[in-house]
Amino acid sequence: MDKFKKFCKNNTIWVVLIGFFILAAILSPNFLTWTNIKSVLMTESIIGILATGIMWCILSKGTDLSAGSMVALSSCIIASLTQLESYSMRMYPNLNMPIILAVLITLLVGAVVGAFNGCCVAYLKVPAFIATLGTQLICRAAAQIYTNAYPVPELKPGLKFLGQGMVFGVIPVLVLIFAIMLCISGFMLNFTRFGKNVFAIGGNDQAARVAGINVEFNQMCVFIFSSVCAALGGVLLAARSGVGNSAFGQSYELDAIAAATVGGTSQTGGVAKITGVIAGVLILGIVKNIMLLIGINAYWQNIVKGAIIIFAVVIDMRKNARKN
Amino acid sequence: MSEYILQMKEIVKEFPGVKALKGVKLDVRPGRVHALMGENGAGKSTLMKCLIGIYHKTSGTIIYDDREIDFETTQEALNNGISMIHQELSPVLERSVSENVWLGRQPMLNFLMVDHKKMRQMTLDLFSQLDVDIDPDELMKNLTVSQMQMVEIAKAVSYNSKIVIMDEPTSSLTEREVGHLFRIIRELRDKGVAIIYISHKMDEIFEICDDVTVFRDGAWVGQEEVKNITMDKLITMMVGRELDEMFPKTECEIGDVILKVEDLCAGKLVKHVSFELHRGEILGFAGLVGAGRSETMEAIFGLRTVTNGKIYKNGKELNIKSPVDAISNGIGFLTEDRRAKGIVPIRSICDNTILSSLKTYGTPLNHRKIRQDTQEYCGKINVKTPSIDELIQNLSGGNQQKVLVARALLNDPEILIVDEPTRGIDVGAKAEIHSLLSELAGQGKAVIMISSEMPEIMGMADRMIVMHEGDVTGELKREEFDQELIMKYATGV
Repeated sequence: MDKFKKFCKNNTIWVVLIGFFILAAILSPNFLTWTNIKSVLMTESIIGILATGIMWCILSKGTDLSAGSMVALSSCIIASLTQLESYSMRMYPNLNMPIILAVLITLLVGAVVGAFNGCCVAYLKVPAFIATLGTQLICRAAAQIYTNAYPVPELKPGLKFLGQGMVFGVIPVLVLIFAIMLCISGFMLNFTRFGKNVFAIGGNDQAARVAGINVEFNQMCVFIFSSVCAALGGVLLAARSGVGNSAFGQSYELDAIAAATVGGTSQTGGVAKITGVIAGVLILGIVKNIMLLIGINAYWQNIVKGAIIIFAVVIDMRKNARKN
Repeated sequence: MSEYILQMKEIVKEFPGVKALKGVKLDVRPGRVHALMGENGAGKSTLMKCLIGIYHKTSGTIIYDDREIDFETTQEALNNGISMIHQELSPVLERSVSENVWLGRQPMLNFLMVDHKKMRQMTLDLFSQLDVDIDPDELMKNLTVSQMQMVEIAKAVSYNSKIVIMDEPTSSLTEREVGHLFRIIRELRDKGVAIIYISHKMDEIFEICDDVTVFRDGAWVGQEEVKNITMDKLITMMVGRELDEMFPKTECEIGDVILKVEDLCAGKLVKHVSFELHRGEILGFAGLVGAGRSETMEAIFGLRTVTNGKIYKNGKELNIKSPVDAISNGIGFLTEDRRAKGIVPIRSICDNTILSSLKTYGTPLNHRKIRQDTQEYCGKINVKTPSIDELIQNLSGGNQQKVLVARALLNDPEILIVDEPTRGIDVGAKAEIHSLLSELAGQGKAVIMISSEMPEIMGMADRMIVMHEGDVTGELKREEFDQELIMKYATGV
């Protein structure tokens, strides 16, 4: 019994996840169908990719509010570069670009936006909240200007495969990409200098500086990574829905921050776990899904989501308080 | 009525996995200054925190003013006449001095509005009573650390407490201010206030204290009257062993010049500083708080912008823009501000040890080698911990400092700059760090040591540079060391 208690205490998040999973299975017979689970996974993958990026920002005591707008901007860019040659109203009538190149260009735009965020935060000492709030407005407007606020449709099948295709006929490519991003992020977090540096910066940036860590450069990299993740999210959203749209990604950054937070990324910096992010994404996804399945009013969904986020932080704070 | 104002009996405090207090006792009489001594981690601060309601004791009884108490909050302790001056100050920097003093108990004009005029007057009265000369309207952030300390002391006095607890109150005060503090303490004592005085500084204990209680490893060792005890006896009680030599200085060969600093300027507190450092030498930097010693070293280490001057190592000019450059040029630095600039509290000992040398472990990081190195270095300098995965915030100050020393050594620096390396750490750890520094010098490395403790710097240094308000005012060879001479240079006379 003691062992069980200890296990629950150390793995609260997984116990909660399993609890929600069982609850969902009991509440709705449709929950445990492969179609439903696949759809949950695919929907949450994009938020999840954003969350893996934003986790880094939060870990280094920052945040990234521009991620949602970045999704919109990058969905428009990738869509404009990969429209079918047969479509008569293409944005670039003479363009014939390999998909991989289009994706790279989009990610590069993400990197540039991230570098801008990083510059503001690391070198100009603008608080991350303000810097990324500014970029949020700028990116959204840039997407609207770029597309005149019209959707960009008729995308090449090669791109759509990223969002709709299956590997071996069962695993959605989207989910696979999420898994790869998790692996990359987890690897960086635990096995590279960069990861250790960011942990130290989040834990005590002054100590990190004295220890010979280039704090500014590492912060910059964090914001670049976060924005590249968001750009990738935008590419995948365009691929999944078959259009680019400047209205995409509304409040995605908040969902991603919520997922990272529920997953135990501490708002006071210096604490993060990649497995926590997975669990956080899944918990919020299951809650959203189950309420949809049993037909709860959409407004209520946000109330529940809000309560879960606050509850998660309360738990986190209590844990810290007990340690001190 | 009992002769004691405070009696703590059989106090036990357990933290998860650690028994910090193993049934200790403390008897304090009114109108006496009672010293509480012991190595770091002995449980002094823990006991005080149990008393004022920051921690809650696991068992035991506290009798204060003839009744049993167990305060839930510090507020309750304050209201009952027990105040504490903490080792780490936490002022509200953006507000004025008087607002800080009366925080949470401002005089009110009516039920809604604060009476600012009265508050200012009350502050002035309080300060004049204590002979403190600080403008009540000044913002806290514009004060020096020692001024903040005086404000904190005034605040504690203003509660009209029966017991005032002082945890290392002199750590950031200049000699003159210490004298001032002692006058205040004597005044309070004569009024019948009991003072619990926590300090590592022997001379202070013998100067100001009446009784002394010694703890070791969370247990009570003994209580004596100060006039009946010798310094050697006290040290023996604290460490449980005879310390035959505090400063194991070994004579070693002084080699060529390794570092040459020419005409260095950086901000207000580094004005045209020049000096040379030799291999195998421990170069002491003496001076009072605010003399610009730390600032000079931070400038050399790339933490401050250098506005003028040159730094040469082995005759080659260095261009140091940041600590990254300094470390890659073989300079190691141990900061004076362990908590703010040293440790990353929520990370493990292991992560803290290797923080400066991550480059050497490749990608992916070689975790096995990381653990090996941590074991080796932390073992070599005797860091006491159950495991290297323990969070560094759970260690005592002395052990945290040792981890930081390990961090610096892991880079194998040719020049090691240590700033107040033994501030606030216990006698045992102190001796260990001293012998380590001597050993490093013996290996032909060069050490710069800043210290405000006269016996330490006189015991350890081969040569000494004295600074006063950013200027080098004197340089002394070992055979010329003399307390009065150093003090003369340090005060700029």
